[in-house]
Amino acid sequence: MALDLKTVATPHVPVRYLEGGAGTPLVFLHGAGGALANDPFLNKLAEKYHVYAPLLPGYGDSEECHELRDMLDFTLHTWDVVEALGLKNPILVGHSMGGMIAAEMAAVAPHDVTRLGLIAPAGLWLDEYPIPDMFATLPFEMPPLLFHDVEAGTKLLTAGLSFSDPKFLQNYLVTNARQLGMAGKILFPIPERGLSQRLYRIKAKTVLIWGDSDKLIPPAYAHGFKKGIAGAELVSLPEAGHMVTLEKTDQVVQALGRLG
Amino acid sequence: MKFTWFNLMPWPYLPDDFREKNRSVWVDIDQRLFDPVKAHEVYNTYLDLLEYAADCGFDAVGCNEHHQNGYGIMPSPNIIAAALARRTTDTALVVLGNSIALYNPPVRVAEEFAMLDCISGGRLVAGFPVGTSMDTNFCYGQIPALTREKYQEAHDLIIKAWTTRDPFAFNGRYNKLRHVNIWPRPIQQPHPPIHIPGGGSVETYDFCIDNTYSYSYLSFSGYIRGKALLDGYWRRVEERGVPDKSPYRAGFAQTICVADTDAEAERLYKEHIDYFYNRCLHVYGGFADAPGYRTIKTIQSGALSQYAPPVGFSKLTWKDLTEQGHVIAGSPETVRQRLEELAKSLHVGNLFCLLHVGNMPKEKCMYSTKLFAEKVMPKLRNVFPEYADDDRFWCHPIKQVKPGNLPSEAKAMESVGAAR
Repeated sequence: MALDLKTVATPHVPVRYLEGGAGTPLVFLHGAGGALANDPFLNKLAEKYHVYAPLLPGYGDSEECHELRDMLDFTLHTWDVVEALGLKNPILVGHSMGGMIAAEMAAVAPHDVTRLGLIAPAGLWLDEYPIPDMFATLPFEMPPLLFHDVEAGTKLLTAGLSFSDPKFLQNYLVTNARQLGMAGKILFPIPERGLSQRLYRIKAKTVLIWGDSDKLIPPAYAHGFKKGIAGAELVSLPEAGHMVTLEKTDQVVQALGRLG
Repeated sequence: MKFTWFNLMPWPYLPDDFREKNRSVWVDIDQRLFDPVKAHEVYNTYLDLLEYAADCGFDAVGCNEHHQNGYGIMPSPNIIAAALARRTTDTALVVLGNSIALYNPPVRVAEEFAMLDCISGGRLVAGFPVGTSMDTNFCYGQIPALTREKYQEAHDLIIKAWTTRDPFAFNGRYNKLRHVNIWPRPIQQPHPPIHIPGGGSVETYDFCIDNTYSYSYLSFSGYIRGKALLDGYWRRVEERGVPDKSPYRAGFAQTICVADTDAEAERLYKEHIDYFYNRCLHVYGGFADAPGYRTIKTIQSGALSQYAPPVGFSKLTWKDLTEQGHVIAGSPETVRQRLEELAKSLHVGNLFCLLHVGNMPKEKCMYSTKLFAEKVMPKLRNVFPEYADDDRFWCHPIKQVKPGNLPSEAKAMESVGAAR
């Protein structure tokens, strides 16, 4: 079952979002790579929840929004999306960049989020564990940073790509400029915008999910989040990298089940 | 035509196996390859060569800004320009330029350029590049998708600072300043001429057209490859209904080597050309273009693919480089012919002559420079006679005060004594 791609109006920009499933509403915020309707993780989630996965402006075929420039803009925009979708206190889940946004949302409006799932979230910085510069990483260098099983990950990432075709290359560059250009506003050059000093505000029951072999945002960061958010539980998954949602889909969905 | 003698200031001691052992000449180049003691000589030689070019009669000497770069050891072009302002008199100083999005606040650029204009007596040509992604994003940490907005604001602030005679408040997105009131201000009115180095962005074409700034394309791949980009610019000039197509609306950088004969040029300069093109230009692909740095419009125009370096590296030979126009080299007559072809086919009036190349020693550089000044330049002066009077894109010096103008100590003492 694939999710439906729909549009909802928000004060700044029409927002595209994926929707599917039934049950408790769950908002999923994607990482810097974006989200597709056939994403196996989202589809698995939709077997259990009523999933809403809004695309950040500029992602997929969605309209760009130049008015969104900094962390506060991103955070409030995403609250605008939740409101526009007519949701009250949905389960809020984010992966990587999406986790950073979700954590910020929970910190600025602690009474509006009671269940928070952070999957290998960005947002903290430890000098001893510098996060690789994904903006200076060539496509073929990505799989080792993203996957535990690099070979399988490479196949997943490069399926259907042909960089020798100029038309493909141009589309690829446009997509990158739209998506990573937008992501760069909160992730470049260092994916940290002061979240550590706001984590204490989070009141939600929080589950942290991390792949043990995450080379992009190493598991050391899990402890920073665990320390910062009162009562946060950490679920570490062996043999999984940063794309733990793809490498351990069932276990991630199961771990989110702890949020009730 | 206007001839600017330009030095990128490459580090001349990159090892033979640089390309094999290093991933990039830029951004994360190995610190250990830089030797500050050797740099003492390198900087002074490069300044000497710039001054020599001024003596040879070039219209201008030029410098630019790069950061963490093995082929451009000039993070602060204004320091070089300040040194040149004192040691030259009739030569324009083309600073191409200050990457204005990087200065905080950009008023600093308005001030320093004003100082340069005052010290040099109105000889400044001011350049405002957006800056490469390597410099601006990867070295100086600017957010790619916000760089252009920040650049635009910096530009507006600098121009306003130069042209407003009373203190004003500037409430920008990136700059909040309660009291803008620069001291000094430039001699040239309403402000020094502005050149904008660009790399094919449609937005930059329009920016130059709208403000009567000169558009310059500074590449190392020469006039044959550069044609597509300049054609795009001139097409835009036409589309926008600009009343004239003055060649001084555009500038172009070209690597040039002159010798007595074509054969001598190859013999003298081949190794230095090889050093520059096959060693210095080794930039890691991941640093070339941070996502968001280029606008979608520019990528979609398809312009970039034409200028992109070929994927994978193949060593460029002297024959490749000269035939494909990366380098114009040969006897004065060969060079003249090809430069005339460049000027006419690209329709550019401002030529930035890259006459120092790679690890070229000073003697060879002087030889090439001298031959160019004496045997090539005079013959190309009037390629565009119908625009000979177009001075909108060039500086307007005042009567120069010569430096070193102090009286003898004895005279000074006497004068002070007499006054008592």
